[in-house]
Amino acid sequence: MGLTYTSLDTTKLSTAEVYAQALSELAAQDERIVVLTSDLAKSTKIGGFRESFPERFYNVGIAEQNMFGIAAGMAASGLIPFTSCFAIFNACRGLDQVHTDICYPNLNVKMIGSHAGTSFGQAGSTHHSTEDIAILRSIANLTVLVPADGMETAACVEAAVAHEGPVYIRINRGFDQIVYRSPLEDYQIGKANVLHEGSDMTFIACGSAVFTALQAARELESLDGLKIRVLDMHTIKPLDVEAVKKALKDTRRIITAEDHTVIGGLGGAVAEVIASSGMGCAFRRLGLQDTFSAIGYHEDLMHLHEIDVDGIMKNAREMMKIEFEEDDDWVDEV
Amino acid sequence: MALSAQEILQLETKANELRHTIVDTVLWAGSGHLGGSLSMIDVATLLYYHYMKIDRDNPHWEDRDRFILSKGHAGIGFVSILSDLGFIKKEDLKQFNLTGSHLGIHLDATKVPGVDASTGSLGHGLSIALGMALAARQLGKDYRTFCILGDGECNEGSVWEAAMAISHYKASNLLTMVDRNHAMIDGPTEEVMALEPFADKWKAFGFHTEVVNGHDFAAMAEAIEASFEREQPTCLILDTIKGAGVDFAAGDYRWHYGAINEELAQEAHRSLDAYHQKRLGAVKGA
Repeated sequence: MGLTYTSLDTTKLSTAEVYAQALSELAAQDERIVVLTSDLAKSTKIGGFRESFPERFYNVGIAEQNMFGIAAGMAASGLIPFTSCFAIFNACRGLDQVHTDICYPNLNVKMIGSHAGTSFGQAGSTHHSTEDIAILRSIANLTVLVPADGMETAACVEAAVAHEGPVYIRINRGFDQIVYRSPLEDYQIGKANVLHEGSDMTFIACGSAVFTALQAARELESLDGLKIRVLDMHTIKPLDVEAVKKALKDTRRIITAEDHTVIGGLGGAVAEVIASSGMGCAFRRLGLQDTFSAIGYHEDLMHLHEIDVDGIMKNAREMMKIEFEEDDDWVDEV
Repeated sequence: MALSAQEILQLETKANELRHTIVDTVLWAGSGHLGGSLSMIDVATLLYYHYMKIDRDNPHWEDRDRFILSKGHAGIGFVSILSDLGFIKKEDLKQFNLTGSHLGIHLDATKVPGVDASTGSLGHGLSIALGMALAARQLGKDYRTFCILGDGECNEGSVWEAAMAISHYKASNLLTMVDRNHAMIDGPTEEVMALEPFADKWKAFGFHTEVVNGHDFAAMAEAIEASFEREQPTCLILDTIKGAGVDFAAGDYRWHYGAINEELAQEAHRSLDAYHQKRLGAVKGA
């Protein structure tokens, strides 16, 4: 649809504001688009949509279950509802409605979960969302997107409108570090973006860990001479299985990084591909190690969970110490 | 009078047929939600055979009236209507609950034509119905949405989230009805989790609320037609008997879900015949 954003927009607008702006532009072209929120118009920045389309904006109050049910009824009647609430309430409080009312009948509802991971730092575990990817990717029919920054969020929103069926888009609170400085012309659901090429190792990251993984790869290249591939795995489901298998075959060392528990999220999804491939691989999953989150600034929490630049570099260096036997045809042995 | 004597007799005849079909289907399925299907079949008959705009040949017709059976466990009752109207084949009822069948306890909207939502998880239907009602307004359509809840279902907090929102949005194109059969799986509603003063609760949430005999077509029709004229959303609490018409099940919460064999089925059919005659007598006497 030719949405136009510049890097200036993403420096001035938080990721959620970019989402609101992108959705407003799409809504101007498609009158089926409506927005629902649960008293989080201000917090999720979707209030910007209300200014443009007051008659297409529903604030249902603090009632996520009702919001997802209403969205299901609207989608079943031909509208394209976008829901906006905190990711934790999307995946936990309203889960029964998301599962049964939206995903089971494969309805065209787009759910934006904001304040994802530990990005609402000081709010603590009641408002952090560190299991949402694992929970939601296990539900049939649902597409799960985790954009890295504002520019990619705009691409996700546009792709979600074009996609028929339920979509979950997981975004952070506030500003993301900029990964993309121009609109993603080639963005495709289910197709990982290769941000950096390499053959020594692959970093597979999503969300806020994409920027840090990319920075870590650049520093390891200049400091240690390592060539590390970086995949922005913005689609957790359907996962780009081919990109994972190619990384496995080409680099034989994989580190996943996500602002989420290592159980069942991006790391879990990649682990399933590796295990099913029959190919051996050095593999680490970075993220929350089966723990509830702590309170603190987002960047400090990312450091704590070793998904900041330092943490990813440390893990990569440790992994480089693993020696593989010389065996050129190892991939054929299974 | 909202209904003529002739219309009432036709509805009585249809409801009687459907009750027999429900007993047959429970027998074919081996077991089923007999009680809650028989308590709601009269209002569902009235809606489907007198009020609702639907098109059997085009189940997804976008201007159709919507029906949300929020108490989705009464699917075995609802399906008697869908088969009678030709949305599904009558012989499909013999496959109800069987492996590979498209018909199971809770009807799947993606598999069963004429079903507007895949209900079953309680406390969901009223929100979905509200979404449909708001969509009608958004799209400039005049279809109506009808939602039937169970009374036990109203233990779910999400029902009241939806009630609050219906009132807030003044969604008078949605008619909320509760099948007040006074029983749930584990016992009478007032023993398990008391609902009374039930009508007062709906009134407090902003609804014009009436308690109506849910086995009286004339009374229900009056209340339904009055609701169409009202700007305030309406909630009809339909006073019903769980298992109505089948003597061994009527009023007994243990028949929320149960198995019947050929012998019990015959007994149920005989009981339904007597119940029908009694109701006809009451209609003619009125």
